[in-house]
Amino acid sequence: MNAAHANDAHHEEHPSGFTRWLFTTNHKDIGRLYIIFSVLMFLVGGFLAMLIRTELLQPWLIIPPEVYNQIITVHGLVMVFAAVMPATTGLANYLIPMMIGAPDMALPRLNNWGFWLLPPAAVLLVMPFALKLFGIGNGAIDTGWTMYAPLSVQGGIGVDFAIFAIYLMGISSLLSSINIIVTITNMRAPGMSFSKLPIFVWSWLITAFLLVAVFPPLVGGVTMLFADRHFGTHFFSAAGGGDPVLWQHIFWFFGHPEVYILLLPTAGILPHILSTFARKPIYGYRAQVYAFWAIGMLSVVIYAHHMFTSGLPVPAQLYFMYSTMVISIPVALLFFCWFATIWQGSMTFETPMLFALGYIVLFGVGGLSGLILSDAVADQQYHNSYFLVAHFHYALFGGPVMGIIAATYYYLPKITGRMYNETLGKWHFWQTIIGFNLTFIPQFFLGIAGMPRRIPDYALQFTHLNMLSSIGAYILGSAQLVLVYNLIQVLRGVGKKATAQVWEGAQGLEFTVASPPPYHTFETQPVIQ
Amino acid sequence: MSTTTPTKVHYYVPRPSPYPVMLSLALFFVAMGVVLKVNALRAGPWSILLGAALLIYVLFHWFGNVIGESESGVYKSWEDRSFRMGMVWFILSEVAFFAGLFAVLFYERNISVPHLAQVDPGFTLYPGFTAAWPSAGPHGKPFSVVQPWGIPAINTLILLTSGVTVTWAHWGLKTARRSAAIIGLMLTVGLGVVFLGFQAHEFYEAYTRLGLTLSSGVYGATFFLLTGFHGLHVTVGVIMLSVILMRCIKGHFTPDQHFAFEAVSWYWHFVDVVWLLLFVFVYWM
Repeated sequence: MNAAHANDAHHEEHPSGFTRWLFTTNHKDIGRLYIIFSVLMFLVGGFLAMLIRTELLQPWLIIPPEVYNQIITVHGLVMVFAAVMPATTGLANYLIPMMIGAPDMALPRLNNWGFWLLPPAAVLLVMPFALKLFGIGNGAIDTGWTMYAPLSVQGGIGVDFAIFAIYLMGISSLLSSINIIVTITNMRAPGMSFSKLPIFVWSWLITAFLLVAVFPPLVGGVTMLFADRHFGTHFFSAAGGGDPVLWQHIFWFFGHPEVYILLLPTAGILPHILSTFARKPIYGYRAQVYAFWAIGMLSVVIYAHHMFTSGLPVPAQLYFMYSTMVISIPVALLFFCWFATIWQGSMTFETPMLFALGYIVLFGVGGLSGLILSDAVADQQYHNSYFLVAHFHYALFGGPVMGIIAATYYYLPKITGRMYNETLGKWHFWQTIIGFNLTFIPQFFLGIAGMPRRIPDYALQFTHLNMLSSIGAYILGSAQLVLVYNLIQVLRGVGKKATAQVWEGAQGLEFTVASPPPYHTFETQPVIQ
Repeated sequence: MSTTTPTKVHYYVPRPSPYPVMLSLALFFVAMGVVLKVNALRAGPWSILLGAALLIYVLFHWFGNVIGESESGVYKSWEDRSFRMGMVWFILSEVAFFAGLFAVLFYERNISVPHLAQVDPGFTLYPGFTAAWPSAGPHGKPFSVVQPWGIPAINTLILLTSGVTVTWAHWGLKTARRSAAIIGLMLTVGLGVVFLGFQAHEFYEAYTRLGLTLSSGVYGATFFLLTGFHGLHVTVGVIMLSVILMRCIKGHFTPDQHFAFEAVSWYWHFVDVVWLLLFVFVYWM
């Protein structure tokens, strides 16, 4: 920064070099940090997924079983907490102030703290891998991401590290949620009433409510786990009158809404993308907002469908079965609105649109297979089989990850001011959709045939389908390198300049400012008519 | 903000700050230190010490920074509303936290312990295990529970009184009677410290005389979980009240601008309500 600038008002003023990123209070900088961190952790989690599929390529051991358990656990935790959640939080940080005409997030320093808690948390999560190389401990957490007691009570140092990683990520999530709620309720431009709020903002508001409601009990739960491990308590041990199933209740009271915490922001960004490329207004705005509310509220009272085989009494199983099936009604409503939005539109199929349509198809499969699993009787067969693995990958990759990729392509020109390479984008899409289906369709069959999850080795009759699945995984994994290459090219400034409007059919305040937007948008708030 | 008139009001966006990232680093060292400590690794205590020192340094400077901004008058009604909402949502997250812990208590009392006792008439987890609450200790080790109408009842009165004194201090602040505010806050801090003293004494008695410890089965664990986390919150509340007291003595706050005071008093009332629930469901019933 030169001297002339330093004396200027605070318009474009920010420290240069890396202190800009460490100390920033700017929502766009923090949003970009979240997104970059998320891409890096997506690659880490993806690398672990490749290791998993390499082990399962053929029915014998390449990786020691205990290391395999650590890999699947860290893959799950990294993908959920360090890849998908930061990605949606990053989009929220970058977009919400621009979408509602706010000068910045309401609490900028806490916003920065929220981000900078994540890298230490990620380090805590993977550090035990490295410590083992120096002869300390027995590696990372190896209990599966659900950390069921009593296994997690008996596990090694990796469990302790994971507990503290959850503390840090919990603080981070709470900070960003509180910040988002306050920003949405207090920072809207004059005239931006709740009934005009962009649907992405609505979806994040409900996501933030969910996080405030469900993350603190998990923090209490991992504290109890830590106490059981080191301070001689018996919360999860029947030997002292405690109950291992109590952990499952605590975990899934958080864990099930967590699925919707991952999903809702991307379900909120989807209508924006669909309406842009169908060149039609969003269909059923109110209906979709009500559906978000319904999903948010139902998600906290249906969690025990994850525990049908844990010995719940029959009336409880029936309640959780029916209430789970009820949630398919608001979800189906969302699907209806998405279809109606693109119905008879003059559609074009740029990369974001392709991923958005892919979202509808893949998440549709995830939702429908979930309906099968929600049947308490059928679940006795499907529970903890590869059918479940295929289901939740359709739900979590097919929904959130596809949505995040769609949003990345959609907003990349806005954020960087450069168009990405469309050919590579389309290549990325088709390789992803083929690779993904090739990976996970065989797993439905494997699950029905009886292959359990979380095992490094399997019976010989599962060989061919597993090999097919692994080949699909390699296709899927290498597809993401195309995305990374495309992102790097854009960041290097290759590609033609983006206009402020970016897409022909794009609507919203964020498309009224230049691409890239100035460092501070809306220092004076716009008036919404 | 339902008006449609253009606003020329500027929202105060603070300059880049080194404290958030330093605070994260401090928490990282504390977290790593605790993990290493409980696993009996020598670097643990040093890591905790380093993290805690950094933590205290950052808290002093970050809060000092905010207090300085507040006193220089950059926070107007718009910023004030953000802080209020932020504090409300923070307290709501604390409500969710304690709701989770109380849910654990009710689950154990009403579902898991009775259920474990009914598994099979010929089977007990350990001699002396019954469906009763408080449950007997593991391996039949006897313990007795803290009686509600002794120290816990006195503590209830202390906290209720402290709710009154903090409200009196608030009244003093709003009507520009600074000495009333200072005396009210001093009384509140004093009552908080007495509460903590009694609580510490109760824990000591429980360990030494009653045999009620963290490891005396699910009852002891839950008792200390709930009362311990509450005590931790009271401790934090006392620290916050002391800071507000010092700021009052220094002449901070005006009759119509004293958000920090109000935030702390909200927090104090929240801790008070949690105690009432604790008294009823943990000690009494």
